[in-house]
Amino acid sequence: MTLALSGEDLAPILSGRFPGSIIKATKDSLLVKSEGLLNLAAFLQTEAGLEFDYLSNMTGVDYREYFEVVYQLTSLKHNHSLIVKVQNHDRSNPVLPSLVCLWCGANFQEREIYDLLGIKFEGHADLKRIFLWEGFQGHPLRKDFTDGA
Amino acid sequence: MALRTEPFVINFGPLHPSTHGVFRLRATLDGEVVTELEPVFGYLHRGIEKLAEGYTYKQSICLTDRLDYVAAMSNNLAYVLAVEKLAGIAVPERAEYLRVILAELQRIVSHLVAVGAFVNDCGAFQTPILYMFREREKILDLFEMACGQRLTYNYMRFGGLSQDVPEEFIPALRKFVDQMPGYIDEYDQLIAGNEIFLARARGVGILSREMAINNSASGPVLRASGVAWDIRKADPYSIYPRFEFDIPTGTAGDCYDRYWVRIKEMRQSVRIIKQAMEQLPQGPVTTRVSLNLKPPAGEAYAHVEAPKGDLGFYLVSDGTDKPYRWHVRAPSLLNLTALRDMCIGWKVADVIIIFGSIDITMGEVDR
Repeated sequence: MTLALSGEDLAPILSGRFPGSIIKATKDSLLVKSEGLLNLAAFLQTEAGLEFDYLSNMTGVDYREYFEVVYQLTSLKHNHSLIVKVQNHDRSNPVLPSLVCLWCGANFQEREIYDLLGIKFEGHADLKRIFLWEGFQGHPLRKDFTDGA
Repeated sequence: MALRTEPFVINFGPLHPSTHGVFRLRATLDGEVVTELEPVFGYLHRGIEKLAEGYTYKQSICLTDRLDYVAAMSNNLAYVLAVEKLAGIAVPERAEYLRVILAELQRIVSHLVAVGAFVNDCGAFQTPILYMFREREKILDLFEMACGQRLTYNYMRFGGLSQDVPEEFIPALRKFVDQMPGYIDEYDQLIAGNEIFLARARGVGILSREMAINNSASGPVLRASGVAWDIRKADPYSIYPRFEFDIPTGTAGDCYDRYWVRIKEMRQSVRIIKQAMEQLPQGPVTTRVSLNLKPPAGEAYAHVEAPKGDLGFYLVSDGTDKPYRWHVRAPSLLNLTALRDMCIGWKVADVIIIFGSIDITMGEVDR
């Protein structure tokens, strides 16, 4: 069984290393600041005992007041997993750091989130729409999206 | 004097026999050798994740059939598991066993199509695939017997199945599992004993272990690269811990290994089905669940080892009868992440084979 690591257990280790990076730690997940995400993710990927070598899944959610991106990290070596979340409150121009430099598996997933939710990933080498065509207006998975009909 | 060459851009698809659906590849060539490759998606995008936000939880079961339409039972299973987790619904024993039997039959169907189409891509045009479709037909007959459908089943429900299988299902299934190992021997003899096939598939399109993991590959693609990672063992769901089976892994991570892993997995699936049939209890296969199911606010993620890889559903509930967010972790899309790196340096004809060996369904890639 993949052991789901508790955010509460990991928070002290991460706060010690990256002060002020954790906004909220619960049993199921860690909510972190987007500014320090890249360093924190690199730490999670390489730190002995954690070694999250596999980015299992990325989901973007529009909670109206803010966007949330959920990263599901797994370590194939230790068979444990962790959910890391980041939030962005800027509806007009949401930007988050890209994690493609750490996990290539983020490539199409970030493009998908950009296409359907309009969140930009800074540092992504080829950030463009993946499913919808160039010139399509809007981002359909946003809750305020209207198709003009 | 060296001959000067110009890079040449060639476009495969979106309608091309080798792309297995509406998929486009833009390849830049230097002579016959690929120097750059860009997959272009979206021709089958139906906005399923958006559609699901407007449907009730139960109405969305039929949408999952239209993701990977070669393996609809596995999609049904992943989705109902996610909703059961979200709403805390228990499943009766008999339904659990039948789900495992159906999911493993579905794996055999999907691998038969994968292997058949792959051999087709290698140049054994249309004849070998008919051998695989012969057995696929038998499984589709079993599915039709169980739920009346041959492709889009819409069979699983929260807390079980829509109905029990008929009396004649188990004898027919027994006959099938007794015959199937002999058929798998036949395919393996026909294909793996063929020198042309070996020359085209061995050592071609190598995906290293590190690259497979870093590119979030899953399923047979990941295992062919030597990673023994199978959700049925690594993060077991349903009643899989009750069955004995092995995880076949490749060593080279080439096209041949991806083929080989699928052949071995079919044998393991037969092994699981045999055990499940022996242990299959009597009893109900449904649970009373409100038609207007309103799971408590929160989020849930459930994933299964689908034939193509790690298929997951991430659901967010706001306490109403419709999901707030309905996201699919699509193995077909993520397994394509490494395609560019796997193809660069190979010839055009090899690209067809490398792409074929990954085994994707566009319905799941584009959603």
